[in-house]
Amino acid sequence: MTATLLSLAATSGHPTIPDVGVFAVAAAMVIAGAVGVVVARNPVHSALMLVLTLFGVAVLFVLQQANFLAAVQVIVYAGAIVVLFLFVIMFLGVDREEDVRADPLRGQRPLAVALVLFGTTGLLLLGQVSKWTTGQPSVAGTDSGAPNVNLLGKSLYTTYLFPFEATSALLIIAVVGAVVLARRPPAATAADDADETPVDDVVIDRTPGAPEAPAEPVAPDGPATAADADDAEVDA
Amino acid sequence: MSVSPAWYLGLSTVLFAIGAFGVLVRRNVLIMFMCVELMLNAANLAFVTFARTLHDIGGQVLVFFVLVVAAAEVVVGLGIVVAIFRRRASANADDLHLMKG
Repeated sequence: MTATLLSLAATSGHPTIPDVGVFAVAAAMVIAGAVGVVVARNPVHSALMLVLTLFGVAVLFVLQQANFLAAVQVIVYAGAIVVLFLFVIMFLGVDREEDVRADPLRGQRPLAVALVLFGTTGLLLLGQVSKWTTGQPSVAGTDSGAPNVNLLGKSLYTTYLFPFEATSALLIIAVVGAVVLARRPPAATAADDADETPVDDVVIDRTPGAPEAPAEPVAPDGPATAADADDAEVDA
Repeated sequence: MSVSPAWYLGLSTVLFAIGAFGVLVRRNVLIMFMCVELMLNAANLAFVTFARTLHDIGGQVLVFFVLVVAAAEVVVGLGIVVAIFRRRASANADDLHLMKG
């Protein structure tokens, strides 16, 4: 497969100097950012390094005439996903340094390196011996190599219309799931908020008419807000 | 013309390997999520490269869907992290052994 790609590249002419330069800079950004994500001790630094990688990938998209995807990459990934990461990091207050030299499982890192190297070399060798292209004509449309957001849109709204609609359902489900997951449990009231000591595994009886239950474990978060107090009074 | 696709695929492989290594060795759940994003980006880069090489726009359409699924995955995953943090006050994957027998 790689040989096929190489021969294809050979027929498409020699790379120009600007293209090579842009590729080299973008590739350096991608690799440096990826290494930074893995080795950074502070999660905030990891998130910022992730932005570097995502920008590098967007540049590589532009270099391959996928302009729309490059724009979406910057808007969705760097604009939304990384901001969500940073929001959660700061919301949870885990933005403190972590000792990455501690290795709780002995031999985990050498094993991880070996596993990754084995996997990638196996993949590359498999690519050398097997033929993964079927030779069937494209159902989505022919990519002429020129910037073609029209073709992408047409393919998305005709051939891939059902998957496109299914992703909208997926996004709705994800939003509802996130709200349900991150919501405070309904039993948590102002009485719990007043008692900030985190007690684990306390089962409380919430049946109506039960005596005042002990404080349920709540995460160490901010003091009770006025809205919480109001809710508690309504509940009581 | 432009840079050979083999270079893009090589870069994609390296990016995927770094992401997989990060998932395997880091213990902070948030950083593990970021490493999963790195692996998804490596796959996206390979898809775009194949779309250009094989003259098939389907690769770019697939990247679009990967972006959507990645966004949904991050939203649900971070919701789970917040819910766990309420309970355990820790983002360390080693502390999550509640379901161990």
